[in-house]
Amino acid sequence: MSKKYWEKLPQGSVVLEAGSSAKFKTGGWRSMRPKWIEENCIQCMFCWMYCPDMSVKVTAEGKRAEFDFEYCKGCGICALECPGKKGNKAIVMEQEGK
Amino acid sequence: MGDIVAVTGNEACAQAFKQINPDVCAAYPITPATDLMQRFSSFVNDGKVDTELVLVESEHSAMSACIGAAAAGGRVATATSSQGLALMWEMLYIAAGTRLPIIMPLVNRALSAPLNIHGDHSDGMGARDTGWIQLYSENAQEAYDNTIQAFRIAEHLDIRVPAMVCMDGFIVSHSIERVEYIDDADVKKFVGEFQAVNPLLDMDKPKSYGPLILTDMYHEYKRAQHEVMTKVPNIVREVAADFEKMTGRKYDLFETYRLDDAEIAVVVMSSAAGTTKDIIDQYREKGIKVGLLKPRMFRPFPFLEIAEALQHLKAIAVLDRADSFGGYGPLFSEITGAVMSMNSKPAVINKIFGLGGRDYLPDQAEQVLDELVTIAKTGKVETIKEYIGVRE
Repeated sequence: MSKKYWEKLPQGSVVLEAGSSAKFKTGGWRSMRPKWIEENCIQCMFCWMYCPDMSVKVTAEGKRAEFDFEYCKGCGICALECPGKKGNKAIVMEQEGK
Repeated sequence: MGDIVAVTGNEACAQAFKQINPDVCAAYPITPATDLMQRFSSFVNDGKVDTELVLVESEHSAMSACIGAAAAGGRVATATSSQGLALMWEMLYIAAGTRLPIIMPLVNRALSAPLNIHGDHSDGMGARDTGWIQLYSENAQEAYDNTIQAFRIAEHLDIRVPAMVCMDGFIVSHSIERVEYIDDADVKKFVGEFQAVNPLLDMDKPKSYGPLILTDMYHEYKRAQHEVMTKVPNIVREVAADFEKMTGRKYDLFETYRLDDAEIAVVVMSSAAGTTKDIIDQYREKGIKVGLLKPRMFRPFPFLEIAEALQHLKAIAVLDRADSFGGYGPLFSEITGAVMSMNSKPAVINKIFGLGGRDYLPDQAEQVLDELVTIAKTGKVETIKEYIGVRE
């Protein structure tokens, strides 16, 4: 007899695969979307440091790259912390889907 | 054969812990369980065991530390009572849902308010739905024997479910009784080597405990958890059979006393069963066919087995040492649940007794049996739920 779906679940809901949270794409939760304005970016990496997820990508040279929208939930912390250049923010939040 | 000693229920359980030598015990003192872990902490201090004793700041932390240690891959035990168990509440569900075979003597005590340190089953009954196995003990010998068997039951690879071993606060935990100990080597052999399942400390196979599981799969995990509990009765019986081979002492899901040819019966758990048996003997001498059923395993509750044992009766009194305010006593609810499956249904009444350590006296048992005799004759139940031994 084949096992029922619930009979095949791991005992005690233990997750036996390391790093499997990467499969959980949380970008769909986003209602606000950060926009990176490169000409105002001073490469301070505050956004990378403050991001509660790992949604600010960094290039091999250690430079700031585009957002990882598969995981960015649009919390806006990066935009808040961004010092920008001469009063102009390098990250601004926009309505998602606009 | 091991030593025959005069000890309290707490002392006997501490001895069982010493013989089993768990990897980790995290505990916080609470009357009347304090004495149990205090005695065990002396064994730790004196080097009689190599248990890591974690002294925490609350019972919530005690159970949390036990969960961590059990997930890490250790054999884990603790003990508590009353408010302590209440403070553990959320962690009890986590221990069971995560399927960690933690062993916990629960020295049954009333819950506040008003504040009361004496024995009743309010604490254990409040935790009946947590997913823990619950074994109730009539005396110190049973508390000792149940503690040893609980390790084998809970750690069985087919189930891996935590277990509480319950005994009545003060009445059993602090009364000195004759107890037959089992030799250290035999206890060790009986419980066997601990086998870790998915231990966190297995660094080659990293894993996560306690994931978020929402609407898509939570329902299935709970269905699976119920299924596991249905496997417990057979394991309890297997372990009891092995235990009988070792000690000659017989255990089952419940105990029956002069029940086979009885017409009326009392269902009661723990120490009150002893008093009731004495009165049953007296009534039997008068020619009244009365018996007793004492549930040992309250969770999972053996509905069908109990129904089979009770189905020939005319009237049953279920004595609850706990209450559900505005509802029937918890044991009564289970027994009437069992009666549901019978073809001819006996009359069942519910008596709430002994709350907050109020003595359960022989004349209260007589009063109950007299009422059962009348119900068996007339077939009429006057009041389903009543309090006995209450000042009026």
